[in-house]
Amino acid sequence: MHPFSYTRASDTREAINAGRRGGRYIAGGTTLVDLMRETVEHPETLVDISRLPLREVTATERGGLRIGALVTMSEAAAHAKVRALFPIVSEALELSASAQLRNMATIGGNVMQRTRCTYFRDVTTDCNKREPGSGCAALHGYNRTHAILGTSNDCVATHPSDVAVAFAALEARVLLQGPEGERQLRFADFLLRPGSTPNREQAIRQGELITAVEIPALPRPLKSGYLKVRDRQSYEFALTSAAVALHIRGGVIREAKVAAGGVATVPWKLSAVEQALIGERPSGRLWAEAAARAADGARPLQYNRFKVELLKRTVERQLRIVGEME
Amino acid sequence: MSSELPESAVPPPTGASESTSGPSRRTFVATGAAVGGAVVAGGAFFVGSGEATAAGVAPSSEVSLTVNGTRRTVTVDNRTSLLDLLREHLGLTGSKKGCNAGACGACTVLVDGQRVNSCLTLAVRLEGAEVTTIEGLAKGDELHPLQQAFIDEDAFQCGYCTPGQILSGVGCIQEGHTDSPEEIREWMSGNICRCGCYVKIVRAVEQTAGRK
Repeated sequence: MHPFSYTRASDTREAINAGRRGGRYIAGGTTLVDLMRETVEHPETLVDISRLPLREVTATERGGLRIGALVTMSEAAAHAKVRALFPIVSEALELSASAQLRNMATIGGNVMQRTRCTYFRDVTTDCNKREPGSGCAALHGYNRTHAILGTSNDCVATHPSDVAVAFAALEARVLLQGPEGERQLRFADFLLRPGSTPNREQAIRQGELITAVEIPALPRPLKSGYLKVRDRQSYEFALTSAAVALHIRGGVIREAKVAAGGVATVPWKLSAVEQALIGERPSGRLWAEAAARAADGARPLQYNRFKVELLKRTVERQLRIVGEME
Repeated sequence: MSSELPESAVPPPTGASESTSGPSRRTFVATGAAVGGAVVAGGAFFVGSGEATAAGVAPSSEVSLTVNGTRRTVTVDNRTSLLDLLREHLGLTGSKKGCNAGACGACTVLVDGQRVNSCLTLAVRLEGAEVTTIEGLAKGDELHPLQQAFIDEDAFQCGYCTPGQILSGVGCIQEGHTDSPEEIREWMSGNICRCGCYVKIVRAVEQTAGRK
């Protein structure tokens, strides 16, 4: 680990000032400390933001939800308002990492976490995300766990978060505060596809701080759930996952929110699947037909071809589970 | 796994050592490491309290925390993990270094009552925190009920993961995730046991939770 200086921010303004001068924010630290030890990350200054007042969970008008950036994963998962309004968020959180890591990691940090691509984490290999222009060792390497969607010739690494998949499905917004004030970004605009600049992962400016993630209100009743498929039963990243939320009234699907994880460079919104569902009556055939669109545009690599079919089946199963919930 | 180089540059705080008289294997190894570290780090012995800024000296900070009920004030290189603080500075070697990357759970301790991976926790961030390790669970000669249950159920073989399993189990019971063996398995999945004692570990946690 490279040496670094450490400062603890006592309020948001102080944090942003330190961030603007190049300080790196640390909240739970579960990703950052690990990557610093691997010398993938080597910040000169760490700005500890863990004592900032960003720990509230609040219901917004008409049943939306705002989760403070420093609410831990375990606090968010257990929170009565989260469980009541968006149980899919609790499910995705509880299927992530381990109890210990969830006690440390925060919602803001979870969204900011970096890929688990083994080549990214290994400083002896080529990686455009870690070292722009060096090449992508995964493209023709052992790429079984890598992305089939949203990739480029420069990067095929997946975004590892589970809860971000639920956030993407629900069209959450990321609330930011920075040197130039406050702004909000849609989830889809916040996390960036690699393109030719895989080192740029978020549309965040220097000194900007995530203050909260806000889920907009959705029509009720809302049925939802998160399904995660992985190599072992627990404490493992997703090979594929599906977040599904459906509003069904009068026997017809009026609203459908669907996203996939483990398969793409960012949490992958499945708009084609959503469109295939809206206005239709739930049936086994509908789930299969809609899920058939889940891998549209997929570009599988040598070792991850299986993800194309696995993704469709994951989505189909989760549509059936959620669609047929009592 | 390598330990962080620079921590050895900072001498253990006065009165922090819990070692008995005479050099043990551990103090011998630690002393050797400290000498080696001092050579590498050069002027590291000039590190005082607060943030060090002199060229060539890794920044360090003073932090006060409570470990197993005892208040400790230490000066640590900012890179020092809680795990290394416990093991290398305070002589509390019960918490184990397995992966040093948050993937095995052997380093699990309680910070402010919550189970965490001490290998991913920077010590410098723990101002005012209360830390409980395996050394702090027993009350005098009376073992914590989960420690006793691990013995009664024979829930370990090599024992390396055991301190982490027990601290994690204490957290799991406090959190109330012990309604079934399946639930215990899921909520204990952050602790790997390569000897494969899972069945008995689950039984020990279940038995202890049931007594409460």
